[in-house]
Amino acid sequence: MTISPQAFTFVRELVRAESAIVLETGKEYLVESRLVPLARAAGHPDVDAYVADLSKRRTPAAMKQVVEALTTNETSWFRDSDPFTALRQNVFPALAKTRSNRTLRIWAGACSSGQEPYSIIMTALDTPELAGWKIELVATDLSEEMLTRSRKGEYSQLEVNRGLPATTLVRHFERSGLNWRINQSIRDRVEFRSLNLTRPFPPMGRFDIVFLRNVLIYFDLPTKRDVLKRVRQVMAPDGHLFLGAAEMTMGVDDAWERVPAGRSSVYRIREAITVRGSTCVH
Amino acid sequence: MRALIVDDSRAMRRIVGRILEGVGFEVLEAGDGQEALGVLEGLDGPPELACVDWNMPVMDGFTFITEVRKRSEWRSITLMMVTTESEMDQIVRALAAGAHEYLIKPFTGEAMLEKLDLLGLLPTSTGV
Repeated sequence: MTISPQAFTFVRELVRAESAIVLETGKEYLVESRLVPLARAAGHPDVDAYVADLSKRRTPAAMKQVVEALTTNETSWFRDSDPFTALRQNVFPALAKTRSNRTLRIWAGACSSGQEPYSIIMTALDTPELAGWKIELVATDLSEEMLTRSRKGEYSQLEVNRGLPATTLVRHFERSGLNWRINQSIRDRVEFRSLNLTRPFPPMGRFDIVFLRNVLIYFDLPTKRDVLKRVRQVMAPDGHLFLGAAEMTMGVDDAWERVPAGRSSVYRIREAITVRGSTCVH
Repeated sequence: MRALIVDDSRAMRRIVGRILEGVGFEVLEAGDGQEALGVLEGLDGPPELACVDWNMPVMDGFTFITEVRKRSEWRSITLMMVTTESEMDQIVRALAAGAHEYLIKPFTGEAMLEKLDLLGLLPTSTGV
């Protein structure tokens, strides 16, 4: 069933008053899909009943939940900021000292709508130690729809508001109608490919840096363990793995060790495991 | 920390004010650039942040930030344009005139907090 006009109007007015975001007519499906989990959690059979109850009670906490459910869909640029600071200040300079071929290979393993791989490239361009280096970035996602969006590199006004410094917007984007498109020079540096993390990886070569943030949380323990093990096999022995802030390898795959990097942390393959790994190969 | 919100829309001042108060700012308000200059004159010291709309009666936000940047005693104020104006050349002009950040309306609370994080103005800068 679809949301009633009365319920939609109530939600639209609430969101407009609290966030200045206008939900146009035609966004009923969005309201419905975002509010279903809240309605169920509150014990209502559908969104209409939930909204009717909300409009009577007007509980501040519940009203806030509704606004957040409808306004927090965009992925941020430089998400969580600290990992990108660590990349620029710690990880890139450290790898720059050890790679005589002046090439870094990076994998963004759940690139969603593309903000993360593009943020990595923009960070590399801001790293003096990497001036003139070749950066090979492979970005993968399960969803073809997301890959198509990512390749196009076009983002709405709301999306470019999220965590992107204005100076970076001016430097690396151009207007495309009402949207913004990341410059071709950045788009050309990322290779987007379809990949299912839960299946054996296709041949991709070996990576110096892997970003696998906020995706392991969706897997059960055996799958997490399996994915982390296979990531080790595609990483350079001195490579760096970035996970989401709420994710860790401890108790999942103890072949990794957590190493501080600025205000963030990265995961490195323990030395003993590297030796054993190469023994197995030969 | 104190923040001055300069916007001719009372509703927008309320929305921005609520977000800023939520992360510990004491909020001051002005309805246009001229009034905002008066508010700054009357303070014992400059606020840490000013969120400035572009289009306002009497004195617009671009003129306001230009005026603020002329005064050395207000040099420490972080200036963020918060406006519906979204053309590339306007953003470039605002940054060149001394704005530190630029947030385009409409925006979410998270977007504003992320901008504050970029500016180092959040109590815990990873808390977004």
